[in-house]
Amino acid sequence: MALDKPYKDIPGTTIFDADQSRLGYHLNQFCMSLMKAANRERFKADERAYLDEWPMTEDQKLAVLARDLNRCIALGGNIYFLAKIGATDGKSFQQMAGSMTGMSEDEYRDMMIKGGRSAEGNRYIGEDGDAQPQHQPQGQAGRKKD
Amino acid sequence: MAKISASVYTSHVPAIGAAIDLGKTADPYWVPLFKGYEPSKEWMEANRPDVIFLVYNDHATAFSLEMIPTFAIGCAAEFQPADEGWGPRPVPVVKGHPELAAHIAQSVIQDDFDLTIVNKMDVDHGLTVPLNLLCGSPQEWPCPVIPFAVNVVQYPVPSGRRCYNLGKAIRKAVESFDKPLKVQIWGTGGMSHQLQGPRAGLINREWDNAWLDKLIADPEGAAAVPHIDYVREAGSEGIELVMWLIARGAMDDVAGGPAPKVAHRFYHVPASNTGVGHLILENQ
Repeated sequence: MALDKPYKDIPGTTIFDADQSRLGYHLNQFCMSLMKAANRERFKADERAYLDEWPMTEDQKLAVLARDLNRCIALGGNIYFLAKIGATDGKSFQQMAGSMTGMSEDEYRDMMIKGGRSAEGNRYIGEDGDAQPQHQPQGQAGRKKD
Repeated sequence: MAKISASVYTSHVPAIGAAIDLGKTADPYWVPLFKGYEPSKEWMEANRPDVIFLVYNDHATAFSLEMIPTFAIGCAAEFQPADEGWGPRPVPVVKGHPELAAHIAQSVIQDDFDLTIVNKMDVDHGLTVPLNLLCGSPQEWPCPVIPFAVNVVQYPVPSGRRCYNLGKAIRKAVESFDKPLKVQIWGTGGMSHQLQGPRAGLINREWDNAWLDKLIADPEGAAAVPHIDYVREAGSEGIELVMWLIARGAMDDVAGGPAPKVAHRFYHVPASNTGVGHLILENQ
């Protein structure tokens, strides 16, 4: 019998549950290795070679190389682990979180200063809030698309 | 006998730690936040505990995916500030209270909560940022601290109900310790925030404040809030709020005593990605 996962109907949100954790084990453990300064140096010197030391999928490696955090999360990554890549790159949590919305750093920061993203329209898939699939990417990047 | 004198609740945003470490607390962005904790520091001076039992979560720092304990109690004599990837925070070593920690572990496990006993662990911003907010930046922390780490990273995390009941068991454990210690219990993390996906940046000021009201006046009701409500209304990382229920469940009124006094309440948006909430409740 399938387990109850009531959180699957929230837009723009991936819950890091036991199944995601299983998919992302090596990806997240690679991230964890970046907590050591010597490993950060080796990764920065040759990212691809460092990634090839880990039994990650090719898709996971490409997502890391592209710093595509949404893709990393879809492939089992968790933000607290992925944050180690951000730390290696000198990025803050706000820069990392913002990168997943498509907004520029300034746009995301302004949204937060104005009180953050509203839950209105963003509680269930199928509503019309700014986090819904039909409104990606957000900010200037999305307006250019039209 | 030991006694829980008060409970303290606060968010533990890493950017707050960075603002302190980089000397940015006087920047216009940060002034309103730190102003909200000025009364808390004064309160802390006037109500110095002997021990702080500090409920927080590890953010992929001490615990990787190799092991994911749901509840872990730090029983060591000291805990080093962790290198989370940006270098260790320049804060004092955290001194533990192995005797009380071992006593609580023994009592709470016998009360059917399966704690993991941890004798070696570095502590991250989840633990050190709340200490800074309440104690400032001293050469040494004002008292020993028992770190109590809760898994809120890999879902499913413990339910609010289970956390609340665990708080009751911790209260019972503290009160059976045979030394006259004044113990504070802190619940940290939250409030609304989401750090991932296109919904990143979600903040829900109304929900956060309604939840604070409920935590104060109707803790049973707050404990009954299901996981999905936190995720939907307060963002995927808003689920950290279940940790506040451990502290709330340890208060006197839950065991039939008088309602606590609200010594301080503060709410501010934003600190980086997060709605910051803070409460101090005193047992009467």
